[in-house]
Amino acid sequence: MTDTTVITETTVITETTAIAAPVTVSRPRPPVAAKPKPGAWAVELDRLDLPVADVPTSDPRVVRAVDLIAREAELLDRKDYKSWQDLYTPESLYIIPIDPEETDFANTLNMVYDDAKMRALRVTRMSEGYAIAAVDSAKTVRTLGRVVPASVTDTVVALRAAQTLIAYKRGRHDIWAANVDYTIHLGASPAQDRIGGKVVRLIDGADSVPAAGFLL
Amino acid sequence: MTIQFTADNVYDLAPADLVHPDKVAGRMYTDPEIFELEMSKIFERTWVWVAHESELPKAGSFKSTHVGRQPVIVSRDRKGNLHTLLNRCRHRGASVCEQRTGTANGFTCPYHAWSYGLDGTLRGIPYPDGYENVMGKEGMGLKKLRTEAYGGMIFATFDHDAEPLEESLGDVRGWIDRFFAQGGGYPVKVLGTHQFRFRGNWKIQLENTTDGYHFPIVHRSWMASVDSETADMMSFMTDPAAVTHDLGNGHSVAQMVPEHSDLTEDDGSETLQARFDPLVAELRGAGLDDAAIRKLVRSMHGTGFNLNLFPNVSMSISFLRVLRPISVDETIIEHVALGSDGPAEIVDPVNRERMRIHEHFQGPFGFGTPDDAEGWDRVQRGSVGGPELPIMVNRGLGREHPSQQGWPTSHVTDETGMRGAYGKWKELMSDD
Repeated sequence: MTDTTVITETTVITETTAIAAPVTVSRPRPPVAAKPKPGAWAVELDRLDLPVADVPTSDPRVVRAVDLIAREAELLDRKDYKSWQDLYTPESLYIIPIDPEETDFANTLNMVYDDAKMRALRVTRMSEGYAIAAVDSAKTVRTLGRVVPASVTDTVVALRAAQTLIAYKRGRHDIWAANVDYTIHLGASPAQDRIGGKVVRLIDGADSVPAAGFLL
Repeated sequence: MTIQFTADNVYDLAPADLVHPDKVAGRMYTDPEIFELEMSKIFERTWVWVAHESELPKAGSFKSTHVGRQPVIVSRDRKGNLHTLLNRCRHRGASVCEQRTGTANGFTCPYHAWSYGLDGTLRGIPYPDGYENVMGKEGMGLKKLRTEAYGGMIFATFDHDAEPLEESLGDVRGWIDRFFAQGGGYPVKVLGTHQFRFRGNWKIQLENTTDGYHFPIVHRSWMASVDSETADMMSFMTDPAAVTHDLGNGHSVAQMVPEHSDLTEDDGSETLQARFDPLVAELRGAGLDDAAIRKLVRSMHGTGFNLNLFPNVSMSISFLRVLRPISVDETIIEHVALGSDGPAEIVDPVNRERMRIHEHFQGPFGFGTPDDAEGWDRVQRGSVGGPELPIMVNRGLGREHPSQQGWPTSHVTDETGMRGAYGKWKELMSDD
């Protein structure tokens, strides 16, 4: 058998490097080596080093946070947007980035980048009956799971979770799958617990998704 | 002679007979055979937009996209030349690039590692002894489309005999120049892209960016959510200066905000919107003088028109709307956000604000796009019914007149631009 050079030109993808501090749970991008190994198609996958709290999900503080995100999920599925926005702190951001690995949301284009003012406008839009996409929106059921406490203190709980949402409209079911980062602020009692930030990282966010008449 | 549509004849008429001066057949949205003809007669013969030059900033930059249904790579080689290459290995047909954008030295097929340069030339074949006395590398590069650009807009065509891009654009060129004045003294660059899909024919979207009539109806919730100055700016329904011109070759321009059609003209009478006060302060802090600030801030909402280029791109106020036909009843849309390209301390605050404006209306969760998509879905669902009933494109026919430049012109809420696009469609679909 004749030996020969196999790969003369190897595609190397340069990733942009994020700059600003993340809003919620830190999700460092893997470092990118200058070149992959000879003959390899991509750089070796490095460890992600996602932060993990040394606390079980049965911890009472985590239980309160999980109860809150389940309550939020139900309000969104029921399209009770007015009650939904009351779950957020005034300073919080509700974000759906395009690139699921994004960390610098302010300096990139997102699908949703809502502060309290934009959330209020959005709730009005979804509720007042002028928006035909919201009036005739898909019915949704979402399931949250794979909850990992990223950091836990007596006042703030950061979680990473998986969310699978099925949207049904006019004979068609769409799947919306996402990794979701939550920052939960614990109040004096469970009724005072609030969402201090939420980032919904759609696994297909950088691809084409349907235009939505509901929220994630 | 125009043949009237009946339930008995509408499925037998030749495609070109489905376009009348004032109406088109609903079958044009629903017939898979017409869709197949459109792919070969329109998307493989005309100049199709593939990229903005800022997406290919340096040697080795590439972007993967589509011309019609065919996958292509747009690349910039070491000499700075642009190429549009079919994303298909010449060996056994595998795609050679599945990254949307990036930089590369070339493209290597994952199947048997045939490798190609940035200009598509076949560079390497592993274990080449099997091809001795069979085939050389010459002529076995990636299939190339013709690639030409005007004003930073890059187009490609499969038709190597097509007229030059600039001739095809004709009077559109002056409007492209005006569109990019929104850089506010700086070049324009792509900031990001929303992508979404809807279950409808591509021409429903083609019509929409020259449909001023739908705006206050479909976008009432967006209008209710913006400040009064922005709502006033988009209140063109009764503004006689808001007009649409048919620019020829299927292209048209709809001037919704005529006072912003040429951003280089500024008589100083317009007050900058109060919503931009914090931005003005930030730019002043960066050392910009009032004239430079005014130029940037007056451009924040983009230019005052939608420039619709047949068949796949609209330069729409402040962004690019790109359509990609998937099947007769499915289309993918890109909304490409644009901003200024200059020193970070100046353009970053401007571009942050521009992205927030873009997110407010555009994209799958914007305050505008989902309502548009719902309207288009409904057209696709409804137009299956009553195949003999035409889709009306006659609005404003009674008041259409030639402009000083000779362009057919009517109010921006009229269907002049659609009539122009369907005239081109008819011409291309008639051509054997």
